[in-house]
Order: sequence, then structure tokens, then C-alpha cells
Amino acid sequence: MSKLLKVGAAATAALLSLGLAACGGGDDADSGSGSSATVSDADVTAALEKGGNLTVWAWEPTLKNVVTEFQKKYPNVKVDLVNAGTGNDQYTALQNAVAAGKGIPDVAQIEYYALPQFALGKSLTDLSGFGAESLKADFAPGPWNSVHSGNVAYGLPMDSGPMALYYNKNVFDKYGIKVPTTWDEYLDAARKLHKADPKAYITNDTGDAGFTTSMIWQAGGKPYTVDGTNVTINFSDEGSQKFVKVWQTLISEKLLAPISSWSDQWFQGMQNDTIATIATGAWMPANFVSSAPSASGKWRVADMPQWTAGQNASAENGGSALSLMNKGLNNNQALAYGFVKFANDGDGVQIRVDGGAFPATTKQLSDPKFLGTEFKYFGGQKANEIFAKSSQNVVTGWTYLPFQVYSNSIFNDTAGKAYVSGTTLADGLKAWQDQSAKYGNEQGFTVK
Amino acid sequence: MAVSQPAVARRRRSWRGWQFVGPFMLIFALVFLAPIVYSIYLSLYRNQLIGGNSFVGFDNYQRLLQDSQFWESFGRVAIFLVVQVPIMLFLALVVALAIDSGRLYGKAFFRVSIFLPYAVPAVVATLMWGFIYGDQFGLVGNINETFNVSLPNPLSPHLALASIGNIVTWEFVGYNMLIFYSALRVIPGSLYESASLDGAGQFRIITAIKLPAIRGALVIATIFSIIGSFQLFTEPVILQPLAPNAITTYFTPNLYAYQLSFSGQQYNYAATVAIVMGLITMVIAYVVQLRGNRER
Repeated sequence: MSKLLKVGAAATAALLSLGLAACGGGDDADSGSGSSATVSDADVTAALEKGGNLTVWAWEPTLKNVVTEFQKKYPNVKVDLVNAGTGNDQYTALQNAVAAGKGIPDVAQIEYYALPQFALGKSLTDLSGFGAESLKADFAPGPWNSVHSGNVAYGLPMDSGPMALYYNKNVFDKYGIKVPTTWDEYLDAARKLHKADPKAYITNDTGDAGFTTSMIWQAGGKPYTVDGTNVTINFSDEGSQKFVKVWQTLISEKLLAPISSWSDQWFQGMQNDTIATIATGAWMPANFVSSAPSASGKWRVADMPQWTAGQNASAENGGSALSLMNKGLNNNQALAYGFVKFANDGDGVQIRVDGGAFPATTKQLSDPKFLGTEFKYFGGQKANEIFAKSSQNVVTGWTYLPFQVYSNSIFNDTAGKAYVSGTTLADGLKAWQDQSAKYGNEQGFTVK
Repeated sequence: MAVSQPAVARRRRSWRGWQFVGPFMLIFALVFLAPIVYSIYLSLYRNQLIGGNSFVGFDNYQRLLQDSQFWESFGRVAIFLVVQVPIMLFLALVVALAIDSGRLYGKAFFRVSIFLPYAVPAVVATLMWGFIYGDQFGLVGNINETFNVSLPNPLSPHLALASIGNIVTWEFVGYNMLIFYSALRVIPGSLYESASLDGAGQFRIITAIKLPAIRGALVIATIFSIIGSFQLFTEPVILQPLAPNAITTYFTPNLYAYQLSFSGQQYNYAATVAIVMGLITMVIAYVVQLRGNRER
């Protein structure tokens, strides 16, 4: 009997793993009824005093300090901060938890591009009942718009990622190359650098959906439009084409290091002078400090190169919110909101800024002390001035797809082909467009 | 009395057999039949972000028939099956015969070291090979740099499948060798003696005695390998971050089902993929078994 049970248990385990597809369940439709119960500030304060447990899924490194301070201030609350993976990995885990209806965290970090998808899936709590709208003035307009889906706030902005060009000053000085101010100059710099040192590349890229969309955003492209369930995807617009033209040249002339971002090689490349620039969000400095420590002093920050000389256009790359999940583990939304407010609007903001994060709150963004911060890593440069300027110059009118998480997951299947075969980037993006549209239609959207 | 007793027993239904089989049947139904039935149930529905859940009959199956990504992934594992499995089984057979021949010095060491890769978890093995394959910072890159050559990137779109085949062969040659070797060990030694008395050489002994005797083991190993090929998943998943543009999200049918389910939230269609792949695997394995038995 015991042997039989053992066999049975083994078989169950085997089948559970085989039958993962089965755990979707048919009752997704009614999970989370977008609860907009009214929770007053007094309720939140009471919940904080009373205490309880909270499970938070986030990968933002500075949140650890916030949790420590939060627990000091509210000793009855115990926060379990879980790193369930960065970006897409966490979304997969989160979607599984939501589908299973079990083990859902109370609070989750969700990037702005992914927020509409989770809001639409009714996984996130509508914060209007918590009086979130009254906080509007506290946040920069870009991030504040990004936490809204429809007219409803589904989270509070945690950080933002206005783009800047990080460059290795040593490399540029060594070969006497001028730091590019336009993308055409960037292309020239890429050629000069790679010619001077065949091991050095202007930047790395193996096909990154988030980077590509941000670049198109900066170029003024608007490939996505969303009106309710009517969606259009079109990568043949002018802005997209500007990006394609420059990037295709970089790919064709093999001027991009075939190194994926966030890999060990990436951080090695920053430190051994083989990657000369990185165009990315203002949240990057903390990662430089923690993962490329030996390059301290070599790197500087500059404005994004422009598509048209003399302009000041910028875009957002990354940035995320903390959202309340429906059906969270501890079922204590007043407490969860208390934590989110502390971290993103209250004392937590300064704690994170001190840890190197880039805030989304107007108070910090206009604080002379914040702007005047000298970054030791960037040779004492006041980098926040550049980020804050970039934040003000973000091109308006950009939207992500309501199924951007899925769409990004198939970027390498389609557009990625341009990096490893004869497919052109334009054709690759067209394939991405078609595959994304196909998925959208399957999910009940009308995609054109 | 002595006469009526069996008559009573015959009339009353005996539950004794069911008491023995019952616990098994219960667990069997729970862990084998229920998931299959549930998957079939799922495959008849479609759950959309907009519009919710609805019964769609055989729509998912119809879609699968026209799904070029699914058939591309199926074609890929079919090629893998046709090329990798024979190579692996042939190597395993040669090694098993060599060890069994008794002419090998250090037989035990040889046997253990060939079997060792099977004891390495597939994830670890794949990571290890991933480092070897790296043409930037891996062994291939180092070779290129040291000898100033340019080896083709093993993780480029053209070579990725072959590179995975190499990993799988490395992992499973030892396992199959052990199956063959244990089948060879049960052949009575007297057969060899009489064969050599009749003047048969080693080659003749292999073709006339050893191979026919282990046909059953060959068939079993082939069936396992077929199932393994169709279920190819771990190796491509681990290599994907290293070669995101070469190993697509629909590289193998299992990977495709995983992507549909976990990135696309299309559980229903993923269930359809799983069922159809299960059926195809069953049919092919059955055909192989039938052939294997017929020629016996």
C-alpha cells in the first residue's frame, strides 16, 4: 500500500508538471471583481497600527531599505519582500498565481508597459476607492498617466525611466571620438570606434523589445493606438522608420556587440571598455554601482542623441508602479495600500532616492538637493539634472498595447531574426506586428 | 452443505478482487485519467481577455491543423528524432558491445564514466554546454581567439538544433548503454561457447546471437527516445537566454505549449497542443513497438 501511494504521489507530481496547461481553470472570468470598496485614510492608518502580514513581489533593489524603515515605523506589520524574478519572469509567476487563484501577493511591482494587461485581466485593484486620485499633484504627469488604464488608477508610480545616454568617457577620450548628439553622429562614432578597436562596440543589442519601443517613442513614432478594444499596430510610420534606418545600418555593419542586456557579459563589457554606450532609463545608476563597480569614474551621462539635430526629444524606458493585487494572500488591502503609499508617496521615496533610485514624485524631482546630487560613479557629475530635463522632454502621446507583455515575449521570434539572419529589421518588425495582431484578435480585440 | 457452498459463492458477487485493485484504480483515475479528461475538457473552450470563457467545440483543433508555428516545431523535433536518435542508439550499442566483449581494459571505469553524464541534471548539463558553445566568452570564443580561427557559432539559427542534439546525445548515451549492457548480460554464456565451437567469429556472434537477443531492449530504448525527442524542452529552454533569436518560443511543441500557456494565457489552446502531441507520440511509439515485435 505504501509503495502504491509512493508511486501514486510520484505519478501525481509527474502529471502536475505535465498537466500544467490544465491549471488554468475555467473560472478566470470572475476572479477579482475590480473591487472599488471605499477605504478611507483613517482605515489605512488603523490597519497600519493594528498590523499584520504583507507579501510584496518586487525586484527594485532599494525597496529593501524601505521595508526596513516601514517596519520600524509600524512595528506590528511584517512585510515579506519576495524577488520573484525581474520583469517578464515575475509576470509569468504572477499570471500563474492569478490563474491558480492561490499564492497571489498583496502588492506587486508592475512596469508601466505591463500594467494595462494586468488591469484588463482584472488582477489589479482599482485604487479610486482609496482616494488615490487626490495624490495626482504629487506625481510627475508621465508616470501618473502610466498607472491609469481607462480613467482608473491601478497603482502608484514608484519610479520612472526618462532616457539618457550613458557613455564610457575613457573610451571616447582614448580614440578622440566626440560624444554623439544625434543618431547620425552615433552611427559615425560606432564606425570609428569599432575600426579603432575591433573588440569595442558602441553598444550591445541582441533584440530587446523594451529598448526598441522606447527608441521608436523618442523618434516620434506611434505604432500603437488603443481605443477601448480597438487597437492598431503599425511599424511603418515615420518615427519607426527613422529608428529602423539607423539601427539596420548598425546591424548590417556588425557594429553592435552580440551581448544580451542583463547578462554577466553585459556588465563585464561595461567594465572592460568593450561596450561604449548604453541608452536607457534613469534608474540605471544603481545597477552600474552594484554590478559594474570597477568601472566607477569611467562613465558619464549625456542627453539622448536626437533624431533631428537641435531638438530635445526623450522617451521613457521602464519604470514601474506598485499595485494592489486582487485576492492577495493576506487579504488586507487597507494595509497593502498603506505600504504602497509609504513607499511611493511617503517617507519611502527619499529612502529610495538615497539608494540611487529615480523618483516619480514632483517633490523630489524639483528638490535642489536632489538635482545637485553628485554621482561619485560618474566622476562627480550632477546626473539628476540631465534625467530631470529628459523627464520633461518625454514625447507625449505614447501608449503600449493592452497585451504588451505577450507581444514583447515574441519579439525575438520575429524582429530578433534581423540580428542573426538575412531578415531585415523592417521585415522583422512587420512580422512582430502581424504576430501581435494575431494574438490580439484571438483575445477578442479588434486589431488592425 | 458441502455441495451448496460453492453455489452460494457463485451467486453472491465477490468484491475481493476489487478490494485489491480498488486502491490502484482510484489513484489511477485520479492522477492519470482525471488530468487527461480535464485537458480534453479545456481544449473545447476558449478564454479571451475580452469576452471571457466560451465553448468552441473543435475550433482549437481546427486552428492547430492550420498553425504553421506548431507544425514548424513538430517538424523540428521530427528531424531531431530521425537524426539524433539513431546516432545516440548506435553509439550506445557500440559502447555496450565493447564493454560486454570482455576485451576492454578498465571495464568498470569505462562503464561508469560513460554513464556519468546521465547522473548530471539536464539543467546543469545544458548550462555547462552553453558555456562551451559561447562564441563570445565561452570555449568556442576562446578557441577562436587563441588559434585565430572563426568557428561557426553553435547557437546560430542553423546550428542550434544540432548543438542541442549533441547535448542530448552526451546525456543519454550512457543511459541507453546501460539498458543494452544489462540485456547483453543475461545471454547465457553457453551460447557463445557453442558458437565458437562452430567457428563463429566475434562479428558473427554479434549479428547472430547478441543483436537478436537484445531486440526487446532495442525496441524499448527506441520508444523511450522517441518520447524523449517529442518532449524536448529543458535543453532549449535553458539555452534560450543565450540565443534568444535562434531558439524561438515555438522551438519545440512542448516549448510552444509552455509559451502559449504562461506568456499567452491561452491555456485552452495549450491543452490542445498537449493532447495532439500526446496522440502523435502514442501512434508513433505504437507503430515502432508493433514493428519491433513482428520481426522478432
